[in-house]
Amino acid sequence: MTIATIDTLPTAVPAELARGRGGGGPAPKRTVVAYGFWIFILSDIVMFSGLFAAYAVLSGNTAGGPTGSELFNLRNVFIETMCLLFSSYTCGLGALSAERRQAGRFLIFAALTFVLGAAFLFIEASEFAGMVEKGAGPSRSGFLSGFFTLVGTHGVHVTSGLIWLIYLVAQVVAKGLRPAVLRRLLCWSLFWHALDIVWVGVFTLVYLMGDFR
Amino acid sequence: MLGRLSWAAIPLDQPLPLYAMGVVVLGILAVLALVTVKGWWPYLWREWITSVDHKRIGVMYVILGLVMLLRGYSDAIMMRTQQAIAVGNAQGYLPPDHYDQIFSAHGSIMIFFVAMPLVIGLMNFAVPLQLGVRDVAFPTLNSVSFWLTATGALLINVSLVIGSFARTGWMGYPPLSELAFSPDEGVDYYLWSLQISGIGTLLTGVNFVTTILKLRAPGMTYMRMPVFCWTALASNLLIVAAFPILTATFVMLLLDRYLGFHFFTNDAGGNQMMYVNLFWAWGHPEVYILILPAFGVFSEVAATFSGKGLFSYRSMVLATLGICILSFMVWLHHFFTMGAGADVNAFFGIMSAIIAVPTGAKVFNWLFTLYRGRIVFKTPVLFLVGFMVTFVIGGLTGVLLAVPPVDFVLHNSAFLVAHFHNVIIGGVVYGALAGYNYWFPKAFGFTLDEWWGKASFWCWLIGFYLAFTPLYVLGLMGMTRRLQHIPDPSWQPLLLVAEAGAIVIFCGILCQIAQLYVSIRTREQRLDLTGDPWNGRTLEWSTSSPPPAYNYAVLPRVETIDAFWHKKRTGRAPVEPAYENIEMPRNSPAGFITAFFAVVMGFALIWHIWWMAIVGLLAAAVTVLVAGWSDEREHEISATEIAQMERARLGA
Repeated sequence: MTIATIDTLPTAVPAELARGRGGGGPAPKRTVVAYGFWIFILSDIVMFSGLFAAYAVLSGNTAGGPTGSELFNLRNVFIETMCLLFSSYTCGLGALSAERRQAGRFLIFAALTFVLGAAFLFIEASEFAGMVEKGAGPSRSGFLSGFFTLVGTHGVHVTSGLIWLIYLVAQVVAKGLRPAVLRRLLCWSLFWHALDIVWVGVFTLVYLMGDFR
Repeated sequence: MLGRLSWAAIPLDQPLPLYAMGVVVLGILAVLALVTVKGWWPYLWREWITSVDHKRIGVMYVILGLVMLLRGYSDAIMMRTQQAIAVGNAQGYLPPDHYDQIFSAHGSIMIFFVAMPLVIGLMNFAVPLQLGVRDVAFPTLNSVSFWLTATGALLINVSLVIGSFARTGWMGYPPLSELAFSPDEGVDYYLWSLQISGIGTLLTGVNFVTTILKLRAPGMTYMRMPVFCWTALASNLLIVAAFPILTATFVMLLLDRYLGFHFFTNDAGGNQMMYVNLFWAWGHPEVYILILPAFGVFSEVAATFSGKGLFSYRSMVLATLGICILSFMVWLHHFFTMGAGADVNAFFGIMSAIIAVPTGAKVFNWLFTLYRGRIVFKTPVLFLVGFMVTFVIGGLTGVLLAVPPVDFVLHNSAFLVAHFHNVIIGGVVYGALAGYNYWFPKAFGFTLDEWWGKASFWCWLIGFYLAFTPLYVLGLMGMTRRLQHIPDPSWQPLLLVAEAGAIVIFCGILCQIAQLYVSIRTREQRLDLTGDPWNGRTLEWSTSSPPPAYNYAVLPRVETIDAFWHKKRTGRAPVEPAYENIEMPRNSPAGFITAFFAVVMGFALIWHIWWMAIVGLLAAAVTVLVAGWSDEREHEISATEIAQMERARLGA
């Protein structure tokens, strides 16, 4: 949503070339960076699809151990989900403020995004800890291996997203919202939204379907 | 302190690996000593190691691939020799444990560190030039990609000296590759070196998809792109869509091995066939990642050396993209014997046969391109003709294997070994060598020697047929793959023929080395001053050989397909253009330093030296963060400087 509005068209594209056949010469840097990052996210989603497939194959292989419906607490997962979805909202607001060069507002939204992301991670970590305590750790069964790897990989992504956010906030503070920093913020927000998309899959496939299994 | 690493890891009691390792270590020390004595380090650091120039990185990829070809070949000749002599009562000279490591290393190295670097190297060198631009989309990332690939290659070779390599075959199937059956570091060497180089490859994919789709010279619409760029696009799309599957699969196996997960174990609900499926969901696209750029090279070679435009460019593009999509729908033909049932096997059998259709269309296109052309029989053309014959044979045996009942008989037999060497040598290797001969003058400013080039071609061709035709027959006679000992003496004559073939291939490699040596010694007589030694058609031949760092002083305006040919035909006299300032990416040590710490991390993880793994990971992360902080990744070359350089070039 943010890309189209802030993109600048290359200057002086000859009319016969600007017909969508890609003859307009090299794209501007901002487009190239965002496009490349999209492709990277795509590859990341393919990786998650591998983990989803593995989980789907193994989800019934509980090896006499606990099943999903015995382990999942949908109330907590719902709160967790809301944290992440709202963090995407604040992330979007942050991106809009950055685009308008409102550094102060951007920092507030970045802080909110960070808090919501950290809350998500905290709930996830306590869920994991509780399961391990009950003897339902990842080495208990194929199902739990698949569960911890899929959900855990998403958690690792969220963690690196938070570290990246701190790093970018430091850049904003040190250098201001100049074009190079804005490009990096754009990539970061694409990344953060993509984690939402993956989480919607996790929530549906792992928690909702697991609870009714 | 040092995990499970101890002096016992160095195989002092086994003479053969010890000699091999002595030779390798001495060779490396000799090279390092030479570089130090000659004082070449500053030059290497400035112009190559920290370079982000796509041409330099491409050359380094090709060098990596050729060096690793020697390693992969030594594994091959060792296996061939063992099979030729270990018949009946004779046990040969390689014990099973060592033999198993050799065939595993041979496969892993040839696919990941020979074929991939050669193909990616050619793409790196040629694609931005053909697109008429100055570099790839993310030049620093490109350097990271290369050095991560080199990291993987280094780690896999360290296993020669310290510890042992996997004994699982290059696919690393569980449960054999699980901790219960492969408790030592062998499989970990395999997993970490492929995992780290795989990240490099994935980043290359992202980089090139973006480059080809977003950075092209003005006027170069999609349907005006050279076919090599199309095949590079398809290949990199496959990298982006397939390599993450391999990453995920290896993560699962690593978790099984390191943290006791149960993805693929025999117990607690693991599922081994899931590994096999995931592996080939990557593995089948992978063979097209390798072969499509080779198809691209041959398309360029066919058009250039017959002096005609490529026959049916559109169908070539369509066939390329068709293969790109179909390649994801055939993976199950690698294991029809899994027992998925007749319906599933029939589907994948039919899909596998269908993928031969676009490939067949391509073969006809090359034939019709050559038909009535004024063919100049340079070395690349010989490889093209050799490829067309050899690859068609390999393709046909592939269609044969795609028939499930036939596959049940031939699965994991020497017939299969012959089939995939037939398409990989006859396709990828010939393609890479054709591309090497074709673009070498562009990269270095002088052509390669024709006599030695042709000699190497004939050795590769004859050697291939001698080495692998017997394997087809042996497969039909019932010989399975990866045999350390040959139980049936009636197989020996054919195995001896195969051994002879492997030696002829070695002569081909020697001819290549001689070709390089002779060409460098006589480079004064073979200088390419025009920049267009083959009467080329595409843009890379319109700039000088070697091209300046910025490739084109002014980005070319493209009006047709085969843009340079068209310009030569219309024969407009060159006018000095109005030069503008050029922004070029700065050199960066980020790739090299990141890769250095990746080596530290990978080695530490293989040997369970946890503190060192954390240090390596953190240091690599800090390198990325430091490199990511800088805003000044470009430097500007002023218009006057460019004008000076261009005048000097054109005056010469």
